[in-house]
Amino acid sequence: MHSPMQSIISVSNVSKTYATGFQALKDVNLDIRRGEIFALLGPNGAGKTTLINVICGIVNRSGGDISVDGLDILKDYRTVRSMIGLVPQELTTDAFETVWGTVSFSRGLFGKRKNPAHIEKVLTELSLLDKKDDQIRTLSGGMKRRVLIAKALSHEPKILFLDEPTAGVDVELRKDMWQVVRALRASGVTIILTTHYIEEAENMADRIGVINHGEIILVEDKAELMRKLGKKQLTLELQKKLDAVPEGLAAYDLTLAPGGGELTYTYDTQGERTGITALLSDLNKAGLRFRDLHTTQSSLEDIFVGLVSKRQ
Amino acid sequence: MNWQAVNAIYRFEMSRTMRTLWQSIVSPVISTSLYFVVFGAAIGSRITEIEGVSYGAFIVPGLIMLTLLTQSVMNASFGIYFPRFTGTIYELLSAPISFLEIVLGYVGAAATKSILLGLLILATAALFVPIEIAHPFWMLAFLVLTAVTFSLLGFIIGIWADGFEKLQIVPLLIITPLTFLGGSFYSTSILPPFWRTVTLFDPVVYLVSGFRWSFYEIADVHVGISVGMTILFLVLCLAAIWWIFKTGYRLKS
Ligand SMILES: Nc1ncnc2c1ncn2[C@@H]1O[C@H](COP(=O)(O)OP(=O)(O)OP(=O)(O)O)[C@@H](O)[C@H]1O
Ligand SMILES: [Mg+2]
Repeated sequence: MHSPMQSIISVSNVSKTYATGFQALKDVNLDIRRGEIFALLGPNGAGKTTLINVICGIVNRSGGDISVDGLDILKDYRTVRSMIGLVPQELTTDAFETVWGTVSFSRGLFGKRKNPAHIEKVLTELSLLDKKDDQIRTLSGGMKRRVLIAKALSHEPKILFLDEPTAGVDVELRKDMWQVVRALRASGVTIILTTHYIEEAENMADRIGVINHGEIILVEDKAELMRKLGKKQLTLELQKKLDAVPEGLAAYDLTLAPGGGELTYTYDTQGERTGITALLSDLNKAGLRFRDLHTTQSSLEDIFVGLVSKRQ
Repeated sequence: MNWQAVNAIYRFEMSRTMRTLWQSIVSPVISTSLYFVVFGAAIGSRITEIEGVSYGAFIVPGLIMLTLLTQSVMNASFGIYFPRFTGTIYELLSAPISFLEIVLGYVGAAATKSILLGLLILATAALFVPIEIAHPFWMLAFLVLTAVTFSLLGFIIGIWADGFEKLQIVPLLIITPLTFLGGSFYSTSILPPFWRTVTLFDPVVYLVSGFRWSFYEIADVHVGISVGMTILFLVLCLAAIWWIFKTGYRLKS
């Protein structure tokens, strides 16, 4: 258990079985730290949205406890919910309302006094100010997504859930949005985001959680995760093609690329000794010459794919 | 109470009405005028008076009730069904508001709209026939109570419905026939005894009768019974709403 000071959201033993009988969450335990950016990753249908919806009060949980800032989400729902902003995955907007109207509506719904200056600031940050009097149905998909973000920010939440916030948003605006999210974190907002762009999590997150088949299979500091599970590979382009890896090099667990022109050596980045020096001298002894060499480092994406496929 | 939220929902719903203000006003005015032409002129030339009131004036309370009932149900059911249909309900469910506040916002707006329409029809009718209102207080009381009750009913229908057909069915197949049967355009005293008894099971009889009494002091059932029945319907609807609130019926999975 973290102290309430450190963890702002505490999810313990939460499960969810839908009316269809499908169990979308199995005994989930998760603590979100105050002020962090937490990325929740997982394949389609893993239970990311379900978990967010349970915390936000949109879906009733089947079991377990959830507290936010030390308060139970059901008993103290007013206090809890006024702290939370949610950007849903689905693009659900009122077609005929104007951007300004819908964002102001959200602020009122969350019990906050009118504050046009704040709404103007939010719309400016999300590059929506010039669209403020337009009906939402006349906006593009990426603009609608930003309207949903503006709605969530309209009531100055302390915790922000972003369920795939950048789906369908173009590269440049995505970078702008990362900037907005970072600025929010700098102002003390805790952010929980899901994304299928692993690059986004790699870029933004302080910690990463991976969920699959309704179970949290990993929660780790991003830097730590990259270090622990990150692998480096050394690829050698041979001068002469090989049919098989020579006997004398069996200990290195080398892989020979199809065609026999390349040898790949995988090593741990955190190991004291990488074994590269020994490998090179053994290659020499075996009489193998290489034309060129390069190294690659695994991305979070490789790590993620490795984790999820292992558990299938 | 999160009054900011009630206010936000109320204003949101009213602005939805304002966007379609033209249809909202024009269609009841035209249909009221048509009722006067058809019923007033065609039937009124044969039935000149009912219990001392000219036929044209006699049907005014019934006409107002017909609009009040159908508009209340349609507006309130559509108001809550639409966010469920489009998915924008997520925001209501995740907001720091209670079910009571949601009901106040939606039902308040739907009732306001139908009360305004009722008054508009009254004003239109006054252009055709001389109208007296013997008990203005009771007239307004019936207007408001009925609008609120049927807006609550509409809200319940909007939560129960899982398609647009169901939204249409209740006003079309239940409310309108009951209004016609319920003596909107005639006095139930002219019916044969059997059919008179049948009409006593029609809740609209009590509403129309009480409402008409507040205009002309003529009634099919005693006004006390009308008031009692109106309040009973209100309580029934509130009970249903309370049950939905307790169980989260159709709002949350
Ligand atoms: N209302 C529902 N009724 C029944 N099953 C549901 C319901 N909503 C979701 N599920 C099921 O629960 C599982 C988890 O769904 P969820 O939406 O949480 O996944 P997700 O991780 O958000 O996926 P994605 O990346 O596709 O958004 C899925 O198998 C889905 O089919
Ligand atoms: Mg999802």
